[in-house]
Amino acid sequence: MSSRSSSRRSSARLGRGIALHLFLTPLALIWLFPLWMMVIFSTMPDRGIFSPSIELLPHGNFLDNVNNLQRDTNFIGAIGISVSVAVTYTFLSVLLTSMAGWALARYQFFGKGVVVAIILGTITLPYAVVLIPQFIMVARDFKLANTWVALIVPPLFNSLGVLFMRQSFSMMPGDLFDAARVEGVKEWRIFLFVALPLARPMLAALAIILFLASWNNYLWPLLINSKPGAMTAPVALGTLIGLTKVSWGGIMAGAVMLTVPMLVVFVLLQRHFVAGIAAGAIK
Amino acid sequence: MRYQNATAYRFLAPYLLIFSIFWLWPIISSFLISFQATRTVPWRFAPTFNWGRLIGDPAFFNALKNTLLILVIQVPVMITLAIVMAVLLNSPLLKARGLFRFAFFAPVVVGEVAYSAVFRLMFNLDYGIINKLLNSVGLPRIDWFSNVTPAMAVIMIAVTWRWAGYNAIILLAGLQSIPQDVYEAATLDRVSKLKQFFYITLPLLKPIIVFCAVLSIIGTMQLFTEPFLITERGGPGGGTETLGLLLYRQGFRSLNFGYASAIAYTMAGLAIAISLVQLWLTRDPK
Repeated sequence: MSSRSSSRRSSARLGRGIALHLFLTPLALIWLFPLWMMVIFSTMPDRGIFSPSIELLPHGNFLDNVNNLQRDTNFIGAIGISVSVAVTYTFLSVLLTSMAGWALARYQFFGKGVVVAIILGTITLPYAVVLIPQFIMVARDFKLANTWVALIVPPLFNSLGVLFMRQSFSMMPGDLFDAARVEGVKEWRIFLFVALPLARPMLAALAIILFLASWNNYLWPLLINSKPGAMTAPVALGTLIGLTKVSWGGIMAGAVMLTVPMLVVFVLLQRHFVAGIAAGAIK
Repeated sequence: MRYQNATAYRFLAPYLLIFSIFWLWPIISSFLISFQATRTVPWRFAPTFNWGRLIGDPAFFNALKNTLLILVIQVPVMITLAIVMAVLLNSPLLKARGLFRFAFFAPVVVGEVAYSAVFRLMFNLDYGIINKLLNSVGLPRIDWFSNVTPAMAVIMIAVTWRWAGYNAIILLAGLQSIPQDVYEAATLDRVSKLKQFFYITLPLLKPIIVFCAVLSIIGTMQLFTEPFLITERGGPGGGTETLGLLLYRQGFRSLNFGYASAIAYTMAGLAIAISLVQLWLTRDPK
């Protein structure tokens, strides 16, 4: 009797497994479809994109499309700006964010509750509220429009990253740091040479998420660096969308150049990615 | 723990400096700007100038209506889908888990401009792949961008595609933190999988679902890039104009900073209301 019930249970399991895959496979294909089409479009000549036939397989026009894009806007130059800005931003932001997280996790100080409340409060505050004065300040008062500083510095404040680093540092055993203190090691050395190396996986997760946020950032760079030659890659690409007489194969090649490197990073470092997002490292 | 004010603030200083200059002051400043007439030089204090205009402006109510409509439909659909994705990805019966995870999580790394361009092309009237596929199964093609309802649908589909996996990642982490023995006990008591989902999974996941919903609402409330690029500046005829787009037009096209600040603070008011609902939903039951 027990063998019969167990075989019934295993056939029920089999049925559930099949149903699961029958449902999930089409959904996954639908989800991959826009990315697949992005790649296909980027390899097609414009007359192929705007033709009545259904094309679902790659052609060989990617490099021509890159040339078309470069003719429409200096995309390679814009990529250079985006990479430099994202690298600098990531380094500075990881440093600032982990320093603040360290202070909140490891010291008792006057005003701590207020600082934590402010950070929590800004999570649900729409960015729109700071956008206009930020723009007036950076563009008119500091006269920094169309510079790298304008792209890098204002976005350095982030709230979820600090909470993530605070969490990471507060889970570390305190004895370790106390032992260093007994030896007379200064606090900033403890932070740099004991705490940061221990937090390496969390720092990797944070860095990936921050890099991605900077790489894809659109609204702020659109407003502050609108001069051709100072635009980031997404902004440069965005200026072409909606224009007539522009190569859509080129636009798609640009979209692929923006997206595929990030997909590769995602596949290689999926664990860190998922950890960073799951901890709510950044919206 | 003893107080270490000097050390702590030395570590916090750069972060707090950036916060004060680029967040704290702007938060105060945009509040003040919303009470000024900003298209005269110099700006002058005029408390009802922008707010008075706001409550009588059909463009504002159109944008508010569109934003709320997207919120009310898109967020519940996306969160439901994200829960389904997370639960199914977490199933021990799933094969090729890595492939499925890639399919659902990949949109998380795709930038707004890149995916807006793709969706615009996919939903093109004459040559878009969606209309070609509709035609090939005998359905009539749809003029997606000339009518308000299908244009709205494209925006909602695009946003859902981009963010469902993001929410699924957060929900999946939540699911994995539920202890397995709860389910084992339920299975021994012959509780069906469906009942386990409704009576164990959902209640334990509730705080995370609420967190996802609040972040999604606040994100969708500020929707800008999709109506800006996919439906061409909120077209057709303002039919997909959102509060974010109206703020952009008023603030950065018409350079009317005062009115744009009033719009921004309206969004902040909505966000605060939503946060209060979140606190109420996740309060400790007495």
